[in-house]
Amino acid sequence: MERWTDQGIVLSARGHGEGGAIVALLTENNGRHAGYVHGAQSKNKRAMLEPGSQVKCDWSARDNESLGTYALEPEGGLPYGILDEPLKLAALLSACSLCDCALPEREGHTGLYHGLLQLMTSFESDYWAVSYVMWEISLLRELGFRLELDKCAAHGDPLTLEYVSPKSGRAVSRAEAAPYKEKLLVLPHFLRPNCNRADTAGDNEDVLIALKMTGHFLEHWVFAHHTKGVPEARLLFQQRFADMLPL
Amino acid sequence: MLHDGPLDLLVRQLSSLPGLGSRSAKRIALHLLTNKEKLMQPLAKNLEYVAGIINPCQSCGNLDEGDICRICRDPKRDRATLCVVASVADLWAIERTNSFRGVYHILGGTLSALDGIGPDDLNIRSLVDNIRNGEITEMILALSATVDGQSTAHYINDQLKGLNITVTRLAHGVPVGGELDYLDDNTISTALKARKQA
Repeated sequence: MERWTDQGIVLSARGHGEGGAIVALLTENNGRHAGYVHGAQSKNKRAMLEPGSQVKCDWSARDNESLGTYALEPEGGLPYGILDEPLKLAALLSACSLCDCALPEREGHTGLYHGLLQLMTSFESDYWAVSYVMWEISLLRELGFRLELDKCAAHGDPLTLEYVSPKSGRAVSRAEAAPYKEKLLVLPHFLRPNCNRADTAGDNEDVLIALKMTGHFLEHWVFAHHTKGVPEARLLFQQRFADMLPL
Repeated sequence: MLHDGPLDLLVRQLSSLPGLGSRSAKRIALHLLTNKEKLMQPLAKNLEYVAGIINPCQSCGNLDEGDICRICRDPKRDRATLCVVASVADLWAIERTNSFRGVYHILGGTLSALDGIGPDDLNIRSLVDNIRNGEITEMILALSATVDGQSTAHYINDQLKGLNITVTRLAHGVPVGGELDYLDDNTISTALKARKQA
């Protein structure tokens, strides 16, 4: 009999049978891990299975290869007031669906778990959108796709980094990028090494540039071989963010 | 024991209904067979009759006799107030309260990015057309206080931007008969946020 207890964040819950559901959690020590929850569609359990809810989970199975069952206890609900904030709600769904679709199952990602918790806490601040972008960059890094945004890929001036190579994910300085700048991605101001982050963090246009940049790498690196491509929730979040900006 | 015949088929059909397993299905089949004239035959007739006569309302999506349901036909209903619900069961729940005298629109579910349910899978386009062409002045979004329910509410709200219509939603908070000690943190904080003068 295999058994462990951990903390987790609900990523998705898909109804299975009449009353149960297969619930995917991002756990602190066991990574993305699915399990069957008995009576998941009951009035008492439904609320704690919303994406983004925090739970204490007790997983048990006959052997390590089985799906196993979860006994869950609520630890914390959704971030305060998020149901009334369409953009933040879209961001939360995007983060949960990215974890659900991109992370390999049963591989520990403790840093990403704490990063997601931190992101949910940041929804109460004005800089949540920047936190979201930083979280996506850390997701890329966890999956083995590191962006190098602190030095020039072509040995140019590190103080004038303005672009990112769509192939290598490395920053390029203004002078070195000049001949190819139409083909390069723009490096958002708040990710440039010489930038005062406090001044630019609230700039939504800059955040949209950053979402397009991370979106490019998610599409071409992480989801290039996934049949369904980038999760719908991520695309909707970027679309909603773009719609929010004045024309 | 059952054989692979009509009785077995009946049990299998009954066990495919919500809330019924194979044991319950067998008990029901046995009960029906022992009360053929009193129960089984009238039930069979009624099932056939209801299947033929009940259809989704062409206006709101409710299930009723004819093309237009009783609620949409009722002249006493306030046609300026529209309540948007996810399913027929939600409409029945609101009707049970006798506290709403407007008309309804049934979406047929909620948006779910995780399950791949998009706007084209729901009756959202007809809702927007109804509001553009109709006499509606207030729309109440009576959707669940879940991530999917509220995502759907925000999406519908976005679609109606620019139209001269008041959009409201159901309040979230302490249920009648609920004790604070048993409520989750989010419900209590939402109820505190939406407090009103005593």
